[in-house]
Amino acid sequence: MNKQVELPKAFSKERLLELAHQMWLIRYFDEKVDEFFARGLIHGTTHLCVGQEATAAGACAVLNEQDKITSTHRGHGHCIAKGADVNRMMAELFARETGYCKGKGGSMHIADVDRGNLGANGIVGGGIPIAVGSALTAKMKNLDYVTLCFFGDGASNEGSFHEGINLASVWNLPVIFFCENNQYGMSGSVKEMTNIENIGDRAAAYGIPGIVVEGNDLFAVIEATQEALERARNGGGPTLIEAKTYRWKGHSKSDAKKYRTKEEERFWRTEKDPLVFMANRLIEAGLTDEQEWENIRLQAKEEIEAAVRYAEASPQPSLDSLETDVYA
Amino acid sequence: MREITYAEAVREAMSEKMREDQDVFILGEDIGVYGGAFGVTRGMIEEFGPERVRNTPISESGIAGAAVGSALTGMRPILELQFSDFITIATDQIINQAAKIRYMYGGKGKVPMVLRTPAGSGTGAAAQHSQSLEVWMAHIPGLKVIQPSNAYDAKGLLISAIEDDNPVIFYEHKLLYGMKAEVPEGLYRVPIGQADIKREGKDVTVVATAIMVPKALQAAETLAKEGIQVEVIDPRTLVPLDEQTIISSVSKTGRLVVVHESVKRAGYGAEIASMIAESEAFDYLDAPIQRLGGKAVPIPYNPELEKHAVPQVEDIIQAVHATLNREGA
Ligand SMILES: Cc1ncc(C[n+]2csc(CCOP(=O)(O)OP(=O)(O)O)c2C)c(N)n1
Ligand SMILES: [Mg+2]
Repeated sequence: MNKQVELPKAFSKERLLELAHQMWLIRYFDEKVDEFFARGLIHGTTHLCVGQEATAAGACAVLNEQDKITSTHRGHGHCIAKGADVNRMMAELFARETGYCKGKGGSMHIADVDRGNLGANGIVGGGIPIAVGSALTAKMKNLDYVTLCFFGDGASNEGSFHEGINLASVWNLPVIFFCENNQYGMSGSVKEMTNIENIGDRAAAYGIPGIVVEGNDLFAVIEATQEALERARNGGGPTLIEAKTYRWKGHSKSDAKKYRTKEEERFWRTEKDPLVFMANRLIEAGLTDEQEWENIRLQAKEEIEAAVRYAEASPQPSLDSLETDVYA
Repeated sequence: MREITYAEAVREAMSEKMREDQDVFILGEDIGVYGGAFGVTRGMIEEFGPERVRNTPISESGIAGAAVGSALTGMRPILELQFSDFITIATDQIINQAAKIRYMYGGKGKVPMVLRTPAGSGTGAAAQHSQSLEVWMAHIPGLKVIQPSNAYDAKGLLISAIEDDNPVIFYEHKLLYGMKAEVPEGLYRVPIGQADIKREGKDVTVVATAIMVPKALQAAETLAKEGIQVEVIDPRTLVPLDEQTIISSVSKTGRLVVVHESVKRAGYGAEIASMIAESEAFDYLDAPIQRLGGKAVPIPYNPELEKHAVPQVEDIIQAVHATLNREGA
């Protein structure tokens, strides 16, 4: 897992810088949401993926527009990486009519079906069998899209994980099970909640390949997902990928983080920041320099500020909408 | 007397029972140092240790079944589900197993477990974290279903639930957790199956559950200023239901409003209304029964929409007026 992965050959310099921009967008989106929650300007709850930008960006980087994803409660990064408009995402968090769910869904339910994002999910593990169903459609209708299913280490202890992956394996479906192991559920450490070293090792129970990868290394995530994607597209069936990462923030808005140490947090923030890692690799390879990197960062930051302005200027949904869209 | 919050009252009931009875233990997700999704078990793992405050993986079906199995073999588990919405994942063990074991086995075996779980909207947590599904459980023979509306009742009812030899579903309401009431220290019991008249009145009976109890009391306060005397009844336990207290009240007032947060369609209010229609109180009714409940929509995220999805104080006031305007018509 520790070997240095080569930069992906199929990716141009422009594409790599685009991914850098995307990762900054993810980081600033969630930093902004964090700030607004703290100030009481957004209500409900939210789960932030700061520190996990490389899993979302890397996994989605190899997918095309037709490919689909299922996401989780910690889904803002997935959504951005699949090409969503941050204005409409921010508007959803502000519960506005212009939001992706017309203000009805909020943070845990953002979906962008047109771009293949079948939705975040408030139910841990809820998306796993749905991804299987999406892959089943592809198989039955002879469509060549692949479905990538994001879920957490905690979700891998739900029955839906076992049932979903077993189904996909016996039906040989074009699906990638992508576990973002950020070391904790809400507070439950993966070390105490599972009796194995790697969640990726569970693949053996279903007779499918399992890959364990450094989740904060964008290029390692891309490489692993590319391999799984080719297998799925070529009729080789599902793959289980486990990407090791870490969430910098608390689980949700109220979390004293008593279940982990400050040292551990500091280690991940300072030694394993996925953006620092990427900057170093690209600069080292002569694909960018500090000035350009800084410009990319500032541009992303400004786009998030613009998203906030868009959200704040958007109308509230009308009360008449309360009872619409219950049925198709 | 000292006042404590509803959440503290629930915790105190568990802790006092756990000190007294070694067979009582809790299991659930993040109930250890995190203290549970709503902080109800805060401090308990420090007192009782990880054997009796079992922090579990995210496996609702598994932990519900583990509660059933341990109850069947001599323990008295208290299972915490973080949100009552997740009962969907646990229901096979609750409905097909826990509720039926004693009957199916011809009266052998018992399942003395409590499933505690917070329900309700009002926190902006949207469609999958805000439902009120208690009527599902009320439909299942073999289960008891409790919905306390204040801290005093919560503690007394939870102690009764832990001591009960049957599976009990104990619904807490998120918006009640922070509300304080006078609560005695030490063990006391509120009997399961006894309604409580929260306010006496002679003009209209309002039967309200959970968070609708404080709302009905607020409505009653406003209506009193208009000279309307509302009697507010909290059934406290849906199963078994104290029918007599409601029948007597309606026989006295001749008017009934039923209000709950859960969706009106096929909600528990329908059960109460039909029970009255079948009872001797029917002869005393002076107006059609008014039922209030949630709109038939998933709970939306937007705070204004969310508020309008469930009955508010103003709706209760209007329903009471409606029962009175029909007088003599
Ligand atoms: C079925 C279900 N159980 C419990 C929860 C409450 N909950 C929300 S997120 C979470 C932790 C999930 O952990 P993991 O799958 O590792 O994802 P992470 O939050 O770490 O991204 C829990 C317990 C839920 N939403 N759904
Ligand atoms: Mg996790």
